[in-house]
Amino acid sequence: MYFGLSEEQKSLEENISKFLSDNAPLDAIKAVADGEEAKAEEIHKGIIELGLSGLMVPESYGGLELNMLFATVVSSALGAGTAPVPYAGAYVMAPIAITLAGDEDQKNEWLPKIAGGEKVIGVGLSEFVGAREDAGIEFENGKVSGRSLFLIDGKNADAYLLANKSGELFLIDSSSKGITVTELVTVDKTRTSIELTLDKVDATLLPGSSDLSVIEKVLDAGRLMLSADTVGASQVMLDKAVAYSLERKQFGRLIGSFQAVKHMCAEMAAELEPCHSMIWHAAHSQDSSSEDARLMACQTKSHVSEVGKQISKTSTEVHGGMGFTDELGLHYWFKRIGLNRQLLGSPELIREEAGKLQGFDQ
Amino acid sequence: MDLEYGPEYDDFRSEVINFIKENEDVKLTGPMRDESRVNWQQKLIDNGYFARSVPKEYGGYGGDMDIIKLRIIAEEFAKSPIPKAMGGQGIQMLVPTLLSLGTEEQKQQYIRPTLRGEMIWCQGYSEPNSGSDLASLQTKGELDGNEWVINGQKIWTSTAQLAQMCFILVRTEPDAPKHQGISYLLMPMDSEGIDRRPIKQMTGDSDFNELFLTDVRIPAENIVGNRGEGWQVANATLGHERGSLADPNVTQNRLNSLIDLMKTETIDGQRVIDKPIFRDRLLSIQGRLMAQQSNALRILSSQINEGQDATLAKFIVKLQGTELRHELEGLAIDAMGELGTLYEDSPHLRDHGAWQQTYMYYLGLIIGGGTNQIQKNIISERALGMPKEPKVQGA
Repeated sequence: MYFGLSEEQKSLEENISKFLSDNAPLDAIKAVADGEEAKAEEIHKGIIELGLSGLMVPESYGGLELNMLFATVVSSALGAGTAPVPYAGAYVMAPIAITLAGDEDQKNEWLPKIAGGEKVIGVGLSEFVGAREDAGIEFENGKVSGRSLFLIDGKNADAYLLANKSGELFLIDSSSKGITVTELVTVDKTRTSIELTLDKVDATLLPGSSDLSVIEKVLDAGRLMLSADTVGASQVMLDKAVAYSLERKQFGRLIGSFQAVKHMCAEMAAELEPCHSMIWHAAHSQDSSSEDARLMACQTKSHVSEVGKQISKTSTEVHGGMGFTDELGLHYWFKRIGLNRQLLGSPELIREEAGKLQGFDQ
Repeated sequence: MDLEYGPEYDDFRSEVINFIKENEDVKLTGPMRDESRVNWQQKLIDNGYFARSVPKEYGGYGGDMDIIKLRIIAEEFAKSPIPKAMGGQGIQMLVPTLLSLGTEEQKQQYIRPTLRGEMIWCQGYSEPNSGSDLASLQTKGELDGNEWVINGQKIWTSTAQLAQMCFILVRTEPDAPKHQGISYLLMPMDSEGIDRRPIKQMTGDSDFNELFLTDVRIPAENIVGNRGEGWQVANATLGHERGSLADPNVTQNRLNSLIDLMKTETIDGQRVIDKPIFRDRLLSIQGRLMAQQSNALRILSSQINEGQDATLAKFIVKLQGTELRHELEGLAIDAMGELGTLYEDSPHLRDHGAWQQTYMYYLGLIIGGGTNQIQKNIISERALGMPKEPKVQGA
């Protein structure tokens, strides 16, 4: 019995952290937030060189065929670095969907290119989870029409993976006719978000996706990635709060020697520490197809989102007025955690799902 | 990541399951130290389901310190209503202390009857003016010939009314700094000069007592460790106490009962679990519990696998576990509404009043065993490296 990360997983995490601290320091994040797309693209290239795009692609299609636990390690490191790169949608959800439900042509066309970092697929499942603005897509005679909001990794994507209300998944090429892309500006400038308006756009169904378990697995994976991203970002916010409290003096003392401040930090640590174990556990449950894998994915997303919310607030408070400034840049983590919380279902929405999963309705 | 215990443990688990099946009708109704309880305790020891790693010569099973086997025993016993092994401060705190720091005579004399449940212990630590700041305790111990003479007052002494023995902290070196002036003594409770007064708690029970000690004389050899080393001896056992509070696997059983309760209780004919806000609160608690269970797996793993660090994971268990349990019990009361306030032997009482009783009891545990505010000090100082409060002069 061993519960935790392997040496290989730990060194992967270290490599990503090292790459990000060398190549995506706060100044770079600020540049991306100010609209410098070339900087984001450069960092994106770097993570492809680290092999992150091929992590979830089967070996027979040129990938590394690693598992969800590896993917959470990556996502947590990217969250810690507020990395302005595609990941959860393009390199986890999309390859899982195509591997599980694509036909041979679709696999051959997309998987090797995902692994090689040549193609990015944006993923739009928001309407399956809970449609806002009456959005949604319909599929008829090989064409998709409708709207989808808040695609993950959708900006500048080569293709889109979309779901209709019954959970079937479709691939459309982003150069097809009939697509209007509208950029959505969220508080989190480290990631992009788009809305698609589709008028009879050519689409191919992932044939296996008529089985609902496919979209469920893709959703579980996406939710775990967002959870891991939040845990990584929250750990940085806690570490920064503690470090700041050991530098800043008031009333002739380090503020970290006041119990009010110590207790804020202890509460953050007490909430966050189990979340590391929880994402590993939930990822392992996916990897081992455990009976409660879905329930764990739901509860992990909702619980970690709650903890992330608390930490992003408390850490900002420990920093006092500085926490509120752009100069310190703490808000990039705050906002990253804020977006993660809403994507693929807010805590209340997912808990409702978790209740149904356990048969509470019966 | 590997959550399998391995095939070599499957046989062991089957053995435990068989034992539980064979004994599923056992019910213990007699008081503490009743013969039936002692016999059951001995049977658990003989089968290696209790005191497993305590050497045979001191009354234990004499088995290996196999954490996974202990875990399997705990898991299987938790699933069944059969009586669990007795706990209490003698077993959880004194026995481990004597095993590591006691003299050979002390081990021979005290461990066996304590494990068998024949000898009940109470803990004489807190004093009216020494709670969170335990090391400031003032109860005096003076050596007079070959006897310690003890004078002072202790409080929050649980099971003192039943106990035959008390492990007690007394100040024996009044001139030494406060942490170096304390000794750890073993005091028979039938000694002259001990006055016990029960403290009635908010639950209505009296689990605790005040002890008034006037010229209590005990043999000089009743000391564990050296004079002035009592603080270190006591700290070795406080670790055992904190680890045993608020086990998430026990909370899981309570959560299952809460789910059943919310499916049964109705408001205007609608099940409480079908009311969205109640259901959401239930699911929030479940999410927090799942996080704590994952945390417990990490701690377990660190005990088996050398080099795996789980320091912070361990520090937070008492704080997180007691708060969650208190909230869980509180949700059950809210789910019952006015019915949730019923107590003692009222009509319409649910589950013998256990939800209210436990709700209040866990508020006691939030305070006891090192208050949760002290836990936060420990987490921030020892795990996060934050500074201690500046000392107030003269304290």
